[in-house]
Amino acid sequence: MTAPILSVRRLSAVSELGNADPILRNVSLDLAASETLGLVGESGAGKSTIAKALLGVLPRTVRITQGEILFEGRDLRTLPRRETRAIFGDAIALVPQDPMTALNPGRRIEAQLTDGLRLRRGMSAHAAHKRALELLAEVHIRDPERVLRAYPHQLSGGMRQRVLIAAAFALEPKIIVADEPTTALDVTVQKQILRLMRQMQKAHRTAVIFVTHDLGVVAQICDRVTLMFAGAVIESGATADILSAPRHAYTRALIAAGPRYDRPEAALKPVPEDLVTRLRLEVAGVGR
Amino acid sequence: MTDASASSFPATSGPNLASRRLRALLVEPKVMIGGGFILALIVVALFAPWIAPRNPLDQDLILASLPPAGLASAEPGYYFGTDDLGRDVLSRLIFGARIALIVAFIAASLAALAGTALGLLAGWYRGWVDGVISRLVDIWMAFPPVLLSILLVAVLGAGVGSVIAAIAIIDWTRFCRVVRAETMAQAEADYVTAAHAIGFPPFHILMREILPNVVPALLALVSLEMGIAVIVEAILSFVGLSVSSDTPTWGGMIAEGRQFIHQTWWVFAAPLAALFATVLAFNQLGDGLRRALDPVLRR
Amino acid sequence: MIALAILRRLLVALVTLAGVAVVVFVLLRVVPGDPIAMMISPGASQADIAALRAHYGLDGSLLSQFAVWVRYALRGDFGTSISLHRDVLALLGERLPATLELATAALEFAIVVGGAVAILGAMARRTWLEPVIDTVNGLMLAIPDFVWALALVLAFGVVWPLLPLTGRVDPSVSAGMTTPFYFIESLLRLRFDVFFDLVKHLALPTLALGLPLAAVIARVLKGALNEAMAQDYVLLARLKGMSEVRLVLQEALRNAIGPTLALTGVQFTFLIGGTVIIERIFAYPGIGNMAIEAVINRDLPLIQGLVLVFAVIFILINIAVDLLVALFNPRLRHA
Repeated sequence: MTAPILSVRRLSAVSELGNADPILRNVSLDLAASETLGLVGESGAGKSTIAKALLGVLPRTVRITQGEILFEGRDLRTLPRRETRAIFGDAIALVPQDPMTALNPGRRIEAQLTDGLRLRRGMSAHAAHKRALELLAEVHIRDPERVLRAYPHQLSGGMRQRVLIAAAFALEPKIIVADEPTTALDVTVQKQILRLMRQMQKAHRTAVIFVTHDLGVVAQICDRVTLMFAGAVIESGATADILSAPRHAYTRALIAAGPRYDRPEAALKPVPEDLVTRLRLEVAGVGR
Repeated sequence: MTDASASSFPATSGPNLASRRLRALLVEPKVMIGGGFILALIVVALFAPWIAPRNPLDQDLILASLPPAGLASAEPGYYFGTDDLGRDVLSRLIFGARIALIVAFIAASLAALAGTALGLLAGWYRGWVDGVISRLVDIWMAFPPVLLSILLVAVLGAGVGSVIAAIAIIDWTRFCRVVRAETMAQAEADYVTAAHAIGFPPFHILMREILPNVVPALLALVSLEMGIAVIVEAILSFVGLSVSSDTPTWGGMIAEGRQFIHQTWWVFAAPLAALFATVLAFNQLGDGLRRALDPVLRR
Repeated sequence: MIALAILRRLLVALVTLAGVAVVVFVLLRVVPGDPIAMMISPGASQADIAALRAHYGLDGSLLSQFAVWVRYALRGDFGTSISLHRDVLALLGERLPATLELATAALEFAIVVGGAVAILGAMARRTWLEPVIDTVNGLMLAIPDFVWALALVLAFGVVWPLLPLTGRVDPSVSAGMTTPFYFIESLLRLRFDVFFDLVKHLALPTLALGLPLAAVIARVLKGALNEAMAQDYVLLARLKGMSEVRLVLQEALRNAIGPTLALTGVQFTFLIGGTVIIERIFAYPGIGNMAIEAVINRDLPLIQGLVLVFAVIFILINIAVDLLVALFNPRLRHA
């Protein structure tokens, strides 16, 4: 197998705010080019922190204590600002979670779509406009001229997310970090957006890290999946393998906890308390 | 015992509330510094006849226009110097504090009373009651406050009473707006709806459920208003419309000092400094009160 | 939609104006001290006194006086000033431009200084500079225009006597002006000697009026900017490679102005109200100064005219602020 495009090795982080528990414990994961990796976990599992670290926007209160983040072989933590500028937001892009707050309500869509093209690729207004139209067509937006002239509040949630996806792919990134991009959307729209992302990913041959807490989403579009709990990696592997034959008890419990739409009368089965306690202890040992 | 149901509002009764609030107040530095200054000022004003070195009305033309202590040709015992009529500036300053504080406390209280009452009514009954009161507030706020106060004092005749009345009549709107907004917000709360459903009369609900939650914001506003009252009184006495010219007021001293500002700048500067410090103190006190008693921060 | 909103506003404004007129009218008729009595010379006949009273509209019942006054006012006739013996409207017209110039200058000062401090504060987020700015700003907020004016008089009258303390312009310099709008006229006619003299005289009153408003603008705008900077779209913009300056000015500012205007708009009316005492302190010949004189002299017609002028200005400012807030909020613009 060719070398992974992204490799996180033994990454650990703590909070400067005096919290006892580490935020990340010895996290390692690999991302191959053009592959979709699902990063799954409950709130507080550390997946958002990994996402922020990959984009270079970790809050000042989080301190990395050990480990490396290797992008195409180079450690993002030690590279000078001059070089990371071309990576964060360019070679590594973001599809944010909430389409309501991720677009500036006071600027038109065109301005926000063409920002990156003009700033980082030096395109003229005319050329950027044309490219923006192409991008909007790619994400299946009809009447792209009208959308470009519109303000965010004039578009539906689903359309706004499409615009954000278009913006993410605009600079032809090597990796896209998708931070729960469907959480804020209606269920009916979710499926469309997921399918769209799969399409775009295949067309542009981009690697995607899909942060989510929903195993259903993972099943739909992720090639591989990494499960996290309390800052540590629990299990990792090909989606089909993990979902059909999970090795770890936590994974099994998570899968079992999903509602069974084919048997609605069956009771919901949350992850059992004793398992969580056992897991915390186990994970604390991992952090060494 | 009131029953705070599953709402986001804090409990409005209980034995620990008062002591908790008091403790929160004492910790807040702004309250301590601002409140401390005001307390000191109150003491000075109360015991003015014993604290002031001289009678503020005594004129002595031989000792006129003396500079404050420390400067050349200063006279010992006249720490802030004398004005053009030989009156001791420090003594006048101390007695001037009396007028300032009397006006501040009474006027602010009256304005708060009137504004709170109307605000509660407007916020609770809404409808045409709110319409009338809001329209009244609009009309009131269309007047420039200083002009209105000068007008009122001219109408009511010069004197401390008129000044107090004028301030109260002008500034009740400030309290009305805040209390009205608070009342409207609180009226939506679950425990208010419950009390209403049980059958408590509106007056009871307003007094027992809503008003206690409004009081913290009110206290801060009252402190602010006192600072404003001191300023308005100073402006009115500056223009010559406040108390008779015998009684020393800070504004009056400033006006007199302005005439000879190049020769006896201390007559102008001392009351100005006193005014400045007092307004600042009330302001910081109000700010600190607001922060210490804010239910959101009070965790 | 917008037309309807404006119409509604104007209607409310008219009601408010009517209310103001009534209040002033009633208030003044309660005044102890008959202005006519102060004017007559001893030995004047009853007929003379009655004629004088009628001339100034002070005869008849309260209601009839009001009706007469309204009738004349709608025609533009606000009566004759008792103390200055001239047409009220003409007097107002003479003095209003000076006050408008002062108020505008103070507003511009407040926006520029307050805005600059706010933007600086937003860019200094989470550095040592921010609490310094906050503290200084907090102290400035506590000082009213009256105190500023007096402090400036002390500073520039006694300590550094650089600027004139009174008046609007040196009469020998302004001799050639034809309109009461000295500021604009001096610029248009390239009379820079007049212009600089105007600026020298405007400096202190403008500072006194503008500093409190600047402090408010700085506090509110900075808060709004900080809130905007915490939004996701700023994060995305930062990832696009924008500099901090550009983030504040291009992304955050446009979303911060609306809320700022909503909160500070009413402060501008306080500024107008403040001209009354500030003009007095600096002997600046505007309507504020005239107002104090009028009250002291019990000049009823003039007082009525002045209060109405102030009320109109207040109302217009409120309407303008509402319109501007709507303008800055794209959601309201398209609604």
